Amino acid sequence: MSRFNRDAIGGIELSDEFNVLEHELVPEHHLLKEDEAKKVLAQLKLTRDQLPKIRLSDPCVMTLDKICGPVEEGQIVKIVRKSPTSGISVCYRLIIRG
Amino acid sequence: MSAQKSVEALTAKGVDEKTAQQLVEAGFTISKLRKVATEKKTRMSLEKLLGEKKMQKVMQSLLASSSKKAVGKRGKKAEKKGQKEPTKMMIPMKVKELTNSQQKIMKVLASLKMELPRSVVEELAKRIEHGKISDKTLKSIIEEAFVRFEMHRVDANESAGIIAAQSIGEPGTQMTMRTFHYAGVAEMNVTLGLPRLIEIVDARRVPSTPIMEIHLDPSIREDLVAVRKIATNIEETALIDVADIETDIGGMRVIAHLDTKKLSRKDLTVEQVYKKLNSTRGLKGLAEIGEDGASVIIKSDESSFRKLQKIYEDVKMASLKGIPGIERAVIKRAEPKEYLIYTEGSNLADVLKIDKIDGKRTTTNSILEIYEVLGIEAARNAVIHEASKTLEEQGLTVNIRHIMLVSDLMTNDGDVKAIGRHGISGRKSSVLARAAFEITSAHLLRAAIMGEEDKLEGVAENIIVGQPVTLGTGAVKLVWVPQKMKE
Repeated sequence: MSRFNRDAIGGIELSDEFNVLEHELVPEHHLLKEDEAKKVLAQLKLTRDQLPKIRLSDPCVMTLDKICGPVEEGQIVKIVRKSPTSGISVCYRLIIRG
Repeated sequence: MSAQKSVEALTAKGVDEKTAQQLVEAGFTISKLRKVATEKKTRMSLEKLLGEKKMQKVMQSLLASSSKKAVGKRGKKAEKKGQKEPTKMMIPMKVKELTNSQQKIMKVLASLKMELPRSVVEELAKRIEHGKISDKTLKSIIEEAFVRFEMHRVDANESAGIIAAQSIGEPGTQMTMRTFHYAGVAEMNVTLGLPRLIEIVDARRVPSTPIMEIHLDPSIREDLVAVRKIATNIEETALIDVADIETDIGGMRVIAHLDTKKLSRKDLTVEQVYKKLNSTRGLKGLAEIGEDGASVIIKSDESSFRKLQKIYEDVKMASLKGIPGIERAVIKRAEPKEYLIYTEGSNLADVLKIDKIDGKRTTTNSILEIYEVLGIEAARNAVIHEASKTLEEQGLTVNIRHIMLVSDLMTNDGDVKAIGRHGISGRKSSVLARAAFEITSAHLLRAAIMGEEDKLEGVAENIIVGQPVTLGTGAVKLVWVPQKMKE
């Protein structure tokens, strides 16, 4: 992903690791526990594969992995978006391989 | 530390002013608050002062501000040894907390088992903050609001996609076909109008004019000299930008006459160039500084013209400094009192690693790059933002809901898919729907060979076979079963 070459940038100081979840464009991501996930699915009357997807390699999922411990395929991420129309909108994504 | 200063320091850490004052009055300073995590006694007294919930919030904001240095080093080892863990990365909370009147409305809504979106709740809260409204009136207001809101919701089985397509398509016909525009930024070329919209919807890997908007750290964002330094440092500089390069066939060598003016502008010295060239691939150990002190001579180690030609090419393109992909960096003054760096060319992953940059606000117009660096949800936001910005620029008003629908569809599978032949339309499950879109015969032929089946669930298929489409009233199967009359 990164074409970074430390030698190539004379004079640039590097900062600490950037937490992508802090970026303006990234909404809140929360990893759901299994019982929470089941509750959500029952409430929405959906099966897991009907949810939108998010990849295991997604930077946000990788950051969640660092924060809340190992993330696995099949878990559900709760996303709390700031929406220009409804203020706040909550959506869920299923973690898939890739 | 004086009381005023302590309050200021606390608010800087993200504690709200009222709480900060309360804390300082009770004799809590930041250093004392830090101890709360370890000392039970201080913890108890703080809890007594603020209550549990508020205390946790204060602690969280304190932690959040000191967790900037957090690097995911926290391994199992550290935990086992019981060592002090380095501060953790946190999930930042971005949604605003509810105000008192908002909470009141939410409570009433919950008691009525109704739901209203947050924006409606906010609007209602704003109205009831001024006058005094009794609980009974509030209840009826909320009930009425709920009824009105339900009336305006999209009906089930409404063809939202078709409406979105029309709503974006019609203004699209009025867009300028080819616009190359200087959009405010000094001589920076930006693709706008229809070409840009097509680019977004096609999810192109690299936009035709990649541009980054780099925000800077609050400590230097008003300091032009510091900003300029960063700008020159990130610009990718090749040798050809600072030197005249000639090939000396007689001496089997390449001579780079460095332009000292250009060098100093790029903050480079002859020595640095020489060192850099000597460590460049294909030129290792061949370069030396010329006698005049302002040129670098690269001697060929083989006496072949082909090799000399290759060395010439390598020397020309040798990168001296900067971030790969950033061709030009321009400083722009933004309101209020802040300098931004705009760059031609984009490399978000690397720019975010630079110190003294406000990574939270730094963006690029390359959606695929945002997807790779910040993830699918950021890409969704970027599509919405870029598309509505492009339309707005042309003086067209398209409701953001339509654009959001398109963006949701593009990012539904966890990666950014294009609308069109290679993306969404090309992957529909129905053969007839795909055939109706583009390359008809190829789809039909392939379907025949593979023995595909069409369940006739979509719109296009049903129109082709002449059935009512599965939209609106056509989507529900409603049968009236007359009850036997009871005698």
